[in-house]
Amino acid sequence: MMFQYILRRLITSIPVLFGILLVTFALGRLIPGDPCRAILGEKATEEVCSRFIQEKGLDKPILTQFGIYISDMARGNLGESFRLGMPVTRLLIERLPTTFELSLAALIISMIFGVPLGIISAVKHNSWLDVITMIWANVGVSMPVFWLGLMLAYVFSLLLKDTPFWLPPSGRISPGIPDQTFYELWGWVVPETGLWSALLNFTGRLNIFNALITGNWVLLKDSIKHLILPALALGTIPMAIIARMSRSAMLDVLGQDYIRTARAKGLRWSSVIIKHAFRNSLLPVVTVIGLSFGGLLGGAVLTETIFGLSGIGRTLYEAITARDYGIVQVFTLAIAVVFVTINLIVDISYAYLDPRIRLN
Amino acid sequence: MTAEINLTPKLDAEELSSKSISMWQTTMHRLLRRRSAVAGLIILGVLIFVAITAPWVAPYDPTVSMLDNIPPQKIKARTAPCIHLLGCPKDQPQHFAGIDGNIRDQFSRLLFGARLSLMIGFSTVIFAIIIGTVLGALAGYFGGWIDNLIMRVMDVLLAFPSLLLAIAIVTVLGPGLINALLAIGIVSIPAYARVMRASVLSVREMDFVSATRSLGGNTYEILFKCILPNALTPLIVQGTLGIASAILDAAALSFLGLGAQPPTPEWGSMLGAERNQVFTAPHLVFYPGLAIMLTVLSFNLIGDGLRDALDPRLVHVSS
Repeated sequence: MMFQYILRRLITSIPVLFGILLVTFALGRLIPGDPCRAILGEKATEEVCSRFIQEKGLDKPILTQFGIYISDMARGNLGESFRLGMPVTRLLIERLPTTFELSLAALIISMIFGVPLGIISAVKHNSWLDVITMIWANVGVSMPVFWLGLMLAYVFSLLLKDTPFWLPPSGRISPGIPDQTFYELWGWVVPETGLWSALLNFTGRLNIFNALITGNWVLLKDSIKHLILPALALGTIPMAIIARMSRSAMLDVLGQDYIRTARAKGLRWSSVIIKHAFRNSLLPVVTVIGLSFGGLLGGAVLTETIFGLSGIGRTLYEAITARDYGIVQVFTLAIAVVFVTINLIVDISYAYLDPRIRLN
Repeated sequence: MTAEINLTPKLDAEELSSKSISMWQTTMHRLLRRRSAVAGLIILGVLIFVAITAPWVAPYDPTVSMLDNIPPQKIKARTAPCIHLLGCPKDQPQHFAGIDGNIRDQFSRLLFGARLSLMIGFSTVIFAIIIGTVLGALAGYFGGWIDNLIMRVMDVLLAFPSLLLAIAIVTVLGPGLINALLAIGIVSIPAYARVMRASVLSVREMDFVSATRSLGGNTYEILFKCILPNALTPLIVQGTLGIASAILDAAALSFLGLGAQPPTPEWGSMLGAERNQVFTAPHLVFYPGLAIMLTVLSFNLIGDGLRDALDPRLVHVSS
């Protein structure tokens, strides 16, 4: 049953993926001006341009062009960035770890604080704690990420300077910190191309992962210090949403008959909350955590710009301002694919948590 | 004992109808019982007042540098706020929110920014509601391939994080306030299309719709006179919350330099222009951000309040 559900869900995402490809393709064709110079840069010579036009079939009908685009994408031939002089795929693998680390940290922060806050305010409904949490949650969802980020940097990097609470305002690690990757340390040879090379390059750039498996505690401490402010800025909105959602889901469940029954049986209140109520209120919370991920990816553009992190978001933003459409196309595509995949995982976990969904 | 006791209840239709309370009155009444919604309405009221009176209240021109004044004022760029009541020397000119990098009074810019933010919020949501409602209504009413086509396109729009898609659209259209508004409007369409489609599906087969149809009502009448009024509640709630996120997204676009262009007094672009000065002139970052937050907060509070006030299941719940 579960397998059938996953298969059905996979098949329904095919048209969406196709649509995403169409949108990113259109992005490259609708840009004002000559597409060759837009993608390869103003300085592209006639000779380079005519080769590009032939390669991408720009002189052929639009449908053929779309076909060429899809087959390029399917073969992983994502083009080059004229500005940075490297294949976009390599850029993607180099920049993805920063965004991955940041989004994951933000998501963890938002869950660790959001879920318990929501549950406590539901259990202590209408208490001062509930009121404060809800005021804070409303303010939290209304805050612009970029403002919160700048204010956090002002407080923790300037006002709290020379105190133990000082945190760095930008970058991923401090200069001079040893950041040897695990494969360098263990003397592994990284091939030029291929999946294995991509995997090593990706994991090697996950600083915290790297520090943990090589036992580099200096790097670990430094990376976490650098990660706290951006993750806090990025995680605040989802945290507030998760707190609100878990509160209302929990309130819903606490009003059900089976909770009263459990209480009447003489079970301890804490075990009723954890075993009976919490598990049943998980469903909407899982959905909202999944949906927050889109916000995280969008917010990453702003957070990375403020905190000087070279992740996907900042690279994309810089590419847009430099009119480097090669990167814009591929990075937009990559983010949309990640987003669709996460929604797929949310749906599957939803079906796992609630049998009614997969049986329908 | 001459007085007769009238035991028959009086059935005066006119009196009854004058006493009957409309749905809007009930909603307003319920909305005003919620403290958070009242707080939202007060903030919004102040914002609307500020937006209307900005030209008269603002002490300085929001777009002209004071260096161009006649006679030119000698004041340094990014001076901190100076409020006489809070101990600022009386011989200095009063600037409630300080001076920005181009030597303009930030307080005046903030006041004018309220106009722009409210305009952004309302115009994008109205645009998205009109297109989204029509698309959702068509999809729900006709079903079949029309439904499939429209909803798959909506799915694709929803497959991108909204801010990112807005950024991508602005990349194609070129930076500027109008293009940013258009981008945010397009990104918000799917939410309304979905709401409208769901409402159409839930009332399409109801008796009063069949009655209109059998009385010879055409598609237009059925869709917009029978079905639309029934979809208004969720559309209003979605719209109010949508204004909040539209203002946030527009501010983010302007912050990145893709929305309103200088010297337009837009909060997001004011913040973006001075973001590197956060350590030396924090007031230039703090106040515009605070203004954005309060505006967004007011719409979020009202939207939440409306959702509860319009939900018949929650009539007896008071919080």
